[in-house]
Amino acid sequence: MSPVGLVVVSHSARLAEGVVELAAQMAGSVPLVAAGGTDDGGLGTSFEKIMRGIDEADQGRGVVIMADLGSAVMTAESVLEFLEDDRRARVLLADAALVEGTVAAAVAAESGAEVDAVVRAAEEAFPGATPEEAPEVGEPTSSAVVTLPNRAGLHARPAAILAGRLSQFDAEITINGADAQSVMALMALNARKGAQLVVEASGPDADEAVRLVREQVEHGFGEPA
Amino acid sequence: MTDLDAAWADRWLRECARVLAVHREELIDLDRAIGDGDHGENMDRGFQAVVDKLDDGPSESVAAALKVAAMMLMSKVGGAAGPLYGTAFLRASAAVGERESLDGPAVEAMLAAARDGIVARGKADPGDKTMVDAWSPAVVAAGRAADGEAAFAAAATAAEEGALATKPLVARKGRASYLGERSAGHLDPGAVSTSYILRAAVTAAVSEISAGGRP
Repeated sequence: MSPVGLVVVSHSARLAEGVVELAAQMAGSVPLVAAGGTDDGGLGTSFEKIMRGIDEADQGRGVVIMADLGSAVMTAESVLEFLEDDRRARVLLADAALVEGTVAAAVAAESGAEVDAVVRAAEEAFPGATPEEAPEVGEPTSSAVVTLPNRAGLHARPAAILAGRLSQFDAEITINGADAQSVMALMALNARKGAQLVVEASGPDADEAVRLVREQVEHGFGEPA
Repeated sequence: MTDLDAAWADRWLRECARVLAVHREELIDLDRAIGDGDHGENMDRGFQAVVDKLDDGPSESVAAALKVAAMMLMSKVGGAAGPLYGTAFLRASAAVGERESLDGPAVEAMLAAARDGIVARGKADPGDKTMVDAWSPAVVAAGRAADGEAAFAAAATAAEEGALATKPLVARKGRASYLGERSAGHLDPGAVSTSYILRAAVTAAVSEISAGGRP
């Protein structure tokens, strides 16, 4: 089933398109729709663009709306009020930072999260905030030490792949002490080519989670070395 | 007494368009003093779009006319006034429901629903120097009138007084709030446009009589 979709609402058409471009790089299968600017291309927000965006982004599992400033939020809220009841139940407006929130939401959607979990991912991603507290791994039942082989290191795309896949496991897992199920926490590690990653996990899926990290890293996430 | 029916609702919206076109420059100047200067242009464009839509044919009910206005204002106004007035007309449309015409209590309920929608959307309180300062006294005044036309007349007068009373206030919501103390000494453009919109409802009721009215 197709993932939860995202509609990015901004006063600026170019800003909305840019945020969509950034998120799409990390979440290729998520329906991402830019709804920026007014109908005639000026600065502002368009009720109709948002309405059409929801139509386009909703593949059945719902839509999360990301909005930038004051009246963009108001316009998005107004659209929600206009929706038919059955659809309104699966369209949510996130109270989140536009760029960080959209990226986090897209990653969550890519990993198969439901609409309420996608909103939560968006709202937990704050600009400049310290990454979420790492989970209590306790005594790891599974661990590995791997070295990053790819030229670009643990940048946005690999971080999204790891966090997205790992969030499907029932495991507490950290990489160099950071929450490995959080794309923001992984990116904040700023791990470059050659960096050693200490992977530790506990919980029912610990072995499988560590194996996934090892495989992904050893393949360099399919990127050039 | 004029029936506040679907034909009246269409006349009201057309009168809004006429009046807001007339006052376009005034609203631009008011908004330029404490905001971003686009309110006059936005309201003119928004209600012109409403009229264009009404030109497709007369509305079947008061609620239908108000919903057309809501939809067009949300789409065409841009800026905060779009969702605020759009929500006001949408909630008003829902409050009117299937009524064929509006008596005093129906007008009060409609205006209260509109005001509540604006408050829900904009999160402003009375005294924040916003359109709420025109809507709130209008609702109270409408509640004291016997019939629909009198309710709108009372509401319009109260909204005008409320708009004038925004002059000394310091803005606490919207773009003007960034100006702090410097926002005092100017009328709030949203409160002023609200007073024009409510006065237009009265004009639309009276204009049927002057145009011959019904027997």
